[in-house]
Amino acid sequence: MKKTLTELAKVIRSKNCSPFELTLDIIFTDRNDYEKVKETQQFNKEVIARLYSIKVDEVKSIIYFSPAKAIKIVLNRTQPSGCKGDKDVYGAQQHAPLLNLFINL
Amino acid sequence: MMPQQLTVLSPTAILGYGFPLSSFKRAMAMSPDVISVDAGSVDPGPFYLGSGKSFTDRAAVKRDLWHMLDAGIKASIPVIVGSSGGSGAKAHVDWTLDIVQELLVELDISIKIGVISADIDKSTVISAIKGNKVTPLAGLGPLTAADVEASTAIVAQMGVEPFIEALEAGCQLILAGRAYDPAVFAALPIKLGFDAGLAIHMGKILECAAIAAEPGSGADCVVGIIDQQGFTLVPCSDDRLFTVDSVAAHTLYEKSNPYLLPGPGGYLDLTDVCFRPLDNGRVRVSGSRFVTDDIYRVKLEGAYLQGYRTVSIAGIRDPIMIKQIDSIIETIKDKMSVRMKEDNIDGFIEFHVYGNNGVMGKQEPVTQSQAHELGIVIEVVADEQSVADSICSLTRSTLLHFGYPNRIATAGNLAFPFSPSDFSAGAVYAFSMYHLIDMGDERLFNIEVIG
Repeated sequence: MKKTLTELAKVIRSKNCSPFELTLDIIFTDRNDYEKVKETQQFNKEVIARLYSIKVDEVKSIIYFSPAKAIKIVLNRTQPSGCKGDKDVYGAQQHAPLLNLFINL
Repeated sequence: MMPQQLTVLSPTAILGYGFPLSSFKRAMAMSPDVISVDAGSVDPGPFYLGSGKSFTDRAAVKRDLWHMLDAGIKASIPVIVGSSGGSGAKAHVDWTLDIVQELLVELDISIKIGVISADIDKSTVISAIKGNKVTPLAGLGPLTAADVEASTAIVAQMGVEPFIEALEAGCQLILAGRAYDPAVFAALPIKLGFDAGLAIHMGKILECAAIAAEPGSGADCVVGIIDQQGFTLVPCSDDRLFTVDSVAAHTLYEKSNPYLLPGPGGYLDLTDVCFRPLDNGRVRVSGSRFVTDDIYRVKLEGAYLQGYRTVSIAGIRDPIMIKQIDSIIETIKDKMSVRMKEDNIDGFIEFHVYGNNGVMGKQEPVTQSQAHELGIVIEVVADEQSVADSICSLTRSTLLHFGYPNRIATAGNLAFPFSPSDFSAGAVYAFSMYHLIDMGDERLFNIEVIG
């Protein structure tokens, strides 16, 4: 069964975790869905790199945080927060590419 | 002797964001041992550190401080402010101290104030670079002496130690420069012998006040009660509760790794953390551990001036133009680059095109906008404001009258909401450092006791 991430998660957000890095958090609604995604490793660096048009090694880490049924992804920011040309000082609106990602359950 | 438990009140997520007086009253009825608040963040960007300005409003900060000081003095408990004025450099601490002195006159009281500076001398950083005592963070390159020289402000994030010293000196109010966010909450518990892992983890949650509750709020009070085995989070309003989910989710917030959270002198290890629901919207946390590093390092933050910015704001409604917006902008950029070369002026030009890719830029996955109108912000940065003004003006007029292919609306390409259409936005700063410095035996954070 295929579902979009929006159907499975109650929180999908982005935010700076430093002025130079962006973190994406996905908090699942149901623990079984979280465990299934964790088990099948569907969130991998290749998927994130494709969604964000970046190289695989620019995806710094993908961490499963079980106490919160959550997956955390860290990327380099395209440019440091708040410098000339920056488009999102807080990094709070960079989550949209995740919303329609299909997950196999 | 060490008390059985200690109660810490966090009135608001950032000093100046406010709190309901009903919540504050309820929190004070729990007989807190300290009122602590984090006043800072790097979130709003490098401008505030670089320019010495606060990102919070003076009147709002004064209002929050008034209630905190009044209650703290009446209850004979200390009030602690970390990262004063937002960025915690000297200008920001002075700004906060000025508000406090105004308040003390109005309240007609005098108290002992501990002011802790977080400014780091350029010479200290440069000699640390030479001694291989500076380590880059977050994929940055090594720090150079030139980065240091270019900075208009450099601060480091202090840990709990300077706060403990100021508490030992009997300060009723502590105004600190840039501090590790949890330090203001963890200082008194650690001073009295509570476990550093529990105290810092509690601080990590309290520093955002009710943002960790459900529904979250950046403008409501919360209380943390620490004992030997763990800590309990207590809401102060009927509007929200702590839940295991809300607290666990907050542990992720703004962090790169939720299990290992580095700070001054060590890191918080949450591998074995346990969140347990209690009654009345409270949550119990245990299992957090602090692991001390061999070398005591603190984080440096610095900012430098990149230039001066001018922006112009306009809308586009013509579908023929919208369809080819990307190529039109490329053409305007090319024209401007030729013109700037001819005139021997230099400037940075960026088009933020809302409705197209104004938020995500090159990472925007939608390649063909479906929007019927676009919002466009022309951003120009140059070494002088007058040069930025000139380049912005020329870019705007070039785009306004550009004859793109198949154009039928020949009167003008842009809808300006305002006259004047261009705005001189002033200085632009960028972060110059985000590195760790080995403190060694050097004393980086000095305390001045006033009153």
